[in-house]
Amino acid sequence: MATHTASHDHSARQRLLRALHYAAVVLLIFLLLTPLIAFLFNAFSFRWFYPQLFPTELSLRAWQSIVAANSKVPEALWNSTILAVAVTFSSVVIGLPAARALGLYKFRGKRVIEFLIISPTIVPGIAVAMGLNINFIRWGLAGNLLGVGLVHLVPVMPYVVLTLAGVFANYDPDFEQQARSLGAGTLRTFWHVTLPAIFPGIVVASLFAYLISWSQYILTFLIGAGQVITMPVLLFSTASGSNNPLIAAMSLVFVAPSILILVLTARFLSGKSSAIGGFGQL
Amino acid sequence: MKYHCQQGCGIAQAGRLGYYRVGIKRERTEAILTFWDRWRIPIMLAPTLAVIVFLFLGGLAYGALVSLGWQPIIGRTEISLRAYHSIMFSEQYAAVFWQGLALTIWVSVGSTVISAMLALATALLLRRTFFGKRLATFLYQLNLPVPHVVAAIGILFLFSQSGLLSRTGAQLGLFDFPRDFPVLVKDKFGIGMILSFVWKEVPFIGVIVLAVLQSLGVDYEDLARSLGANRWQRFLYVILPLVMPGLLSGSILVFAFTFGSYEVPAILGVRFPRMLTVTAVRFFQNPDLNARTEGMAISVIISIIVFFLVLGYMWLSRRTVRQD
Repeated sequence: MATHTASHDHSARQRLLRALHYAAVVLLIFLLLTPLIAFLFNAFSFRWFYPQLFPTELSLRAWQSIVAANSKVPEALWNSTILAVAVTFSSVVIGLPAARALGLYKFRGKRVIEFLIISPTIVPGIAVAMGLNINFIRWGLAGNLLGVGLVHLVPVMPYVVLTLAGVFANYDPDFEQQARSLGAGTLRTFWHVTLPAIFPGIVVASLFAYLISWSQYILTFLIGAGQVITMPVLLFSTASGSNNPLIAAMSLVFVAPSILILVLTARFLSGKSSAIGGFGQL
Repeated sequence: MKYHCQQGCGIAQAGRLGYYRVGIKRERTEAILTFWDRWRIPIMLAPTLAVIVFLFLGGLAYGALVSLGWQPIIGRTEISLRAYHSIMFSEQYAAVFWQGLALTIWVSVGSTVISAMLALATALLLRRTFFGKRLATFLYQLNLPVPHVVAAIGILFLFSQSGLLSRTGAQLGLFDFPRDFPVLVKDKFGIGMILSFVWKEVPFIGVIVLAVLQSLGVDYEDLARSLGANRWQRFLYVILPLVMPGLLSGSILVFAFTFGSYEVPAILGVRFPRMLTVTAVRFFQNPDLNARTEGMAISVIISIIVFFLVLGYMWLSRRTVRQD
């Protein structure tokens, strides 16, 4: 700890350390941001010849082709949005009771149940999707939004249940009892007592459900069978081509909503939340 | 005891006591258990378990059956390990499989170890108080919601032979042509894939470690300092043991994800050696339905390897690391 009696040498060393620390932070942020900057460069570039570092001719061509009449981007955005919203809503509805059971009660076999629920975070999605593919074709669930949405629930459920169970672990159900004894019905009790108490948890669970569904490529691809075009599916097929401005512009359209939603919900997030693991699944 | 009510809320309380399996007055509480009290937990768990059992376990189990040669659609109902044998030992596929496995292990272990070390270093960097800390922490987390497909494309834009890095080198007079720049993406050592995973996962593990560090405060370190511990000793004996559980749990998720991920290898990989997931999907897409057996066998092998490595890792870390 630097005190006012510290020697001149000591404070010079402190200053040097501080400067080094700043340099390291700036370098770190620069390295993390350059791939994102590369998207901006590419998205507005036109005839960007080697070895120019910056594109000298700027163009909106890529953006025009995104909004053009024959563009598949609007359809993909629509499908991705429908899927993400439906998956988010149903995963929270499905996961809420389980989270309550896991957060509030002790019961026999609880650890096995918990292990079962988190196991989709460990086993790769391709194994699950390949196994489901044949049966989904038979049941008419392959190649449509319903089937794809159902499969999206698999990677989403662990994070929704874990997040909400964490909230219920610090929740006192006696308040519900009090509301009921004052004459509130089940629905009113849920709406006025339970929901406000667990709201931050629902926001975080929804954030991760949305992000995981929105970013899902391989499950959509294997179950959608080329019929369900979402943003990642469209981006992936565009990326196998060489139209860099279009690839970059499409990527930006794809990540913009996620970044926006993260910024809006950042205050509910903490690195200690078990939901944070969801970021590893995108 | 948290619950004090004597009457009225007795049923709810009894239900709770019943599930807590508290020894006192067990018979009496059991007697007034209603249907709802008895079945409430199974009913609450049912929707989630239905998703897990039917979609997750069902998919896995059916996939495992297919890998054993069971495909009634094309009239195959005998069970055998033929596909596994063919994948691992036949002249046609053995090299593809073993080289793919080696590459997959190299890329996933490499990405995990590098990410964990850089995450710890960068979290320590961002933990100190400095002007602009909030902005730096915000920018540090900015790539968290970026999907891996996009991360792989970003690495392509940066590190390909005509990418930004190569252009920067050319401006500095290091290269004249794109071909002078080393092959760092779509390379056979998986460097591009590792770069892509590291870029994505450093902030991911870093945010977890940073949260632990911030909740610890500086008390432990001040104490160690007052006992004469130097900077290195404080790191090794105070900080490291405290952040280890967070670091390990983040690393497990990263390892499992990278081992089974498809997008990054498909965009940044080469034909040979090819990551196992990409090989599995290619088998699966083969119009000849017989090839699905091999594809499923590979994905079952991937799942088994990931599952047991993660279990072993958790068992090891539980034995050596203090759990919170």
